[in-house]
Amino acid sequence: MREKIEVSINGSTVAVDSSATVLEAALERDLFIPHLCHHQDLEPAGVCRLCLVEVDGRLVTACNAPVTEGAEIRTDTEAVKETRLGAVELLLVNHHRGTVDCEEGDACELSAIARFVGVDETRLDRYRRPDRLLATDTSNPFFEFDPNICVLCGICARTCDEIVGVAAIDFVHRGFDTTIGSAPGQQWINSDCVSCGECVVRCPTGSLSFTGFEIPEREVTTTCTYCGCGCGIHLGVSGDRLVSARGERENPSNEGRLCVKGRFGFTFVNSPDRLTTPLIRRNGTLEEATWDEALDLVAERFSASRGDAFAAIASAKLTNEENYVIQKFSRAVMGTNSVDHCARLCHSPSVAGLVQSFGSGAMTSSSKDLGDARCILAIGTNTTAAHPIIGLQVMRSIRAGGKLIVANPREIELARYADLHIQHRAGSDVALLMGMMRVIVDEELHDPEFIEARCENFEAFRDSLAEYDEATVEEKTGVPFAEIAEAARMYAQNSPAALLYAMGITQHTHGTDNVLATSNLALLTGNVGVPSGGVNPLRGQSNVQGACDMGALPNVYPGYQKVDVPEVKAKFEEAWGVELDDAPGLTHLEILAGVTAGPIRAIYLVGENPALSEADATHAREAMEKVDFLVVQDIFLTESAEYADVVLPAASFAEKDGTFTNTERRVQRVRKAIPPVGDSRDDAWITCAIARRMGAPGFDFESADEVMGEIASLTPSYGGITHDRIEQVGLQWPCPDASHPGTRYLHAETFPRPSGRGRFFPLEYRPPDEEPDAEYPLVLTTERSLYHYHTSTMTRRVPGLETLRPEELVEIHPRDAVALTIASGDRVRVTSRRGEVEARALVTEVSPPGTISMTFHFHEAPTNVLTNAAYDPVAKIPETKVCAVRVERA
Amino acid sequence: MATNNLGPVLSAFERRPESLISLLQAVQESLGYLPPDALGTVARHARVPRSRVYGVASFYSQFRFNPVGRQRVAVCRGTACHVGGARFILEQLERTLGIPEGQTTEDMEYSLETVACIGCCGLAPCISVNDEVSAKLTPKKVRKQFKQARK
Ligand code: SF4
Ligand code: SF4
Ligand code: FES
Repeated sequence: MREKIEVSINGSTVAVDSSATVLEAALERDLFIPHLCHHQDLEPAGVCRLCLVEVDGRLVTACNAPVTEGAEIRTDTEAVKETRLGAVELLLVNHHRGTVDCEEGDACELSAIARFVGVDETRLDRYRRPDRLLATDTSNPFFEFDPNICVLCGICARTCDEIVGVAAIDFVHRGFDTTIGSAPGQQWINSDCVSCGECVVRCPTGSLSFTGFEIPEREVTTTCTYCGCGCGIHLGVSGDRLVSARGERENPSNEGRLCVKGRFGFTFVNSPDRLTTPLIRRNGTLEEATWDEALDLVAERFSASRGDAFAAIASAKLTNEENYVIQKFSRAVMGTNSVDHCARLCHSPSVAGLVQSFGSGAMTSSSKDLGDARCILAIGTNTTAAHPIIGLQVMRSIRAGGKLIVANPREIELARYADLHIQHRAGSDVALLMGMMRVIVDEELHDPEFIEARCENFEAFRDSLAEYDEATVEEKTGVPFAEIAEAARMYAQNSPAALLYAMGITQHTHGTDNVLATSNLALLTGNVGVPSGGVNPLRGQSNVQGACDMGALPNVYPGYQKVDVPEVKAKFEEAWGVELDDAPGLTHLEILAGVTAGPIRAIYLVGENPALSEADATHAREAMEKVDFLVVQDIFLTESAEYADVVLPAASFAEKDGTFTNTERRVQRVRKAIPPVGDSRDDAWITCAIARRMGAPGFDFESADEVMGEIASLTPSYGGITHDRIEQVGLQWPCPDASHPGTRYLHAETFPRPSGRGRFFPLEYRPPDEEPDAEYPLVLTTERSLYHYHTSTMTRRVPGLETLRPEELVEIHPRDAVALTIASGDRVRVTSRRGEVEARALVTEVSPPGTISMTFHFHEAPTNVLTNAAYDPVAKIPETKVCAVRVERA
Repeated sequence: MATNNLGPVLSAFERRPESLISLLQAVQESLGYLPPDALGTVARHARVPRSRVYGVASFYSQFRFNPVGRQRVAVCRGTACHVGGARFILEQLERTLGIPEGQTTEDMEYSLETVACIGCCGLAPCISVNDEVSAKLTPKKVRKQFKQARK
């Protein structure tokens, strides 16, 4: 409970929060005090001087004056009015429009204030100075800056600093020339700006404004289709078109904030390239067909490929309901457990690893709580690029004095803010983490009570640390041991400490071991079962958590119930009224490999693009070429769809109802904003239509809500989730029954393992499958750009994003570049044992010497042609983070 | 990216935001001005955003963002010179040298700046060229002094 104190405002005594400012106290009572540089999300600045009030007879700025017991506040004395009027007048004349009737209309708070205080325009002339018209900065594709109407409230610069943490812009120059800028003579686009638009949203005068902004006719609240942060978005609609997006303040995952993709990336939905009608391959070419023709053909061919001959690849971009239907279709209609999705290529080790150690593979904390961590260890995650809104929580933690340790071979953006940046060799994570743990144990910084009360197998684990002596760890990681020891102390001594990780941990032949190393570290220091600690695998796609939860995995039904456990099988057989197979099915890579060297004859590929996303992509393409019958269901004709026998046009996220489960386990509503474009249909409709044509019962769902009902009845962790309950705010699973409030953080009291304890794992260091040698002397590691998503099927159809990052760039350290006589902008050829790719080089110290990096967003330079498909024996994830290559000028 | 060789200059300073001004001074001392990539390098060393480096640097008149010419012409704007017509001197210089205040001629021969006070108020209005003072100037004298140079 906040403490209340009494103050008098304009003569009436009121009780207000003792922590409030005078401005907050007044605004809360609906008493308007003009203010321009104040913003509820920012710390008070007190620069515009419009919020003058009298407190106990003295003029003060209300926005940064704390309330005090018994204070007498007056907002309307003559002194206030007169001084304030002067301040408004001065601002108005320094503001190019210089008039009360501003063409920005409601967007301009200054003109509203001018009307409120009663500015007399004729009085302004005495202040006027010669007009100084400056050019509008239109360099950013999404917004523009007109310095002439800027009133220097600094809200944009403070937003960028305090909220976004980038501080791309600041006040520059002095006196009359003061403006907002970044570097001498530079345009906005050349600053460190990440184009999130947060400053634009808060600009009170319209000096910063969205380019081509259209006021929508109506808004629909839904969940962002891009990354696993799962931000709440109000999509603006005019007619059947999406025209705007803004963050949902009430959504706990993002609290109104969005990144560049969420705010501007929705326009792919309106793209003329959308698939609008089914296509059937006839005489070698894909030709338009009716739904009846396409569905009949698919049903007929699938009927002939039941059992082992069939496999489905579902998608982390589909809703929970759709994934549920697809896995049900594979299991109940096609009679096989061979259903998998792209989580295999990203977080399968998290599921495989954390299930063993913690009993659940999900992120333990809530995104928002990460901002309260006292220490964050970000290992193998480029958080600000891949999970921007969680990146903001990292910033929040740093601002509050928390420590940040970045462990990443590359000098990622976050390294700039880190107390410690460890640039270990790609793939040496086990050695690094075990080395840290050795220090923690040797220096007795671990948490014996927690280990005693909540864990098991500690002794065996401790013994395995013996292997990680100073010399070994230094040799494997390439990092001075002193740095590793410092990291260990920092992590162990600042609690709660949260560990964040992503693909840098998982995409290795020892990905599961890496994951187990992270859980060892968290257990060792007692950082599990607390709100702002834990182990937090950041999920990449909007619904990768949900797709796993829904059992789009070959070894489990929804809720991670194992297919080979007889009671589980019996439960689903009874619910679905069919006989089910108890043999786990094939994984992603095995499905494609199963075309040439196995039983696979038909593949149902939904919302996935292995032609670009699969390691050793040439093999994936060969498999798709060769398979007897390939059905691709997608919103665009992807690189993979070109191999299809039948293409089924799907509806986008804006055209259907359902739910996504974001990385913090929050099940949130996806809502239909516009009707499906053309003749496209939502994925559940399509799969159900195929099933019904094959005569299968149990596919007559009338709505996504009804599917959720069936999910909840069969999935204990979703037992209490209904569309109704999450109408306003999403629920975090586990949510076992209708009265359960959801789970903010996992493992508070026990671990969902048979023993109820968290388990330590002794670990052995294993090198990456492929290491550099004389022929392939460099390491290639893959990464993601903030401006693109996955294989860019969607983001490259957003012109502004394409402007911000138009092509692949091979990032190479100056030392290697000099040796190879490569300069930034040169075209280079990158060759691995599996293929070659050409792209332009970017010479940068972001890449460490000996390591180059590329994204996999660009079909012109399909990086995964190079990557190694050697995989983790447990999780079967390919090692896309490390392979050996050679680079030369093209 | 550090394409400039500022390593030795930077290494004398702690990697903290508090070092910012000293770093800027040292870099300007070494390069003669603050080129854009040096601002980036300083930002990285002091662990502050690039925009803040520019914000701070552009607040103080001692920092330059353009290379200086071999001859640095500084017009005194102290009170005595101001009263004595410094602005006409400046205008004349701008015209004769063909550059606005704060810029450098393309041949890198001259740069033009204003300073608060040279400290020769008795000789107002005055300018300094590479620290050598020319006193009691008139626009005409300025024209003569710089005529040859600007053919
Ligand atoms: S768009 Fe975002 S990153 Fe760019 S200046 Fe504004 S707040 Fe900063
Ligand atoms: S952070 Fe992720 S979920 Fe949020 S707006 Fe950006 S892409 Fe969408
Ligand atoms: S709102 Fe208080 S000074 Fe600007």
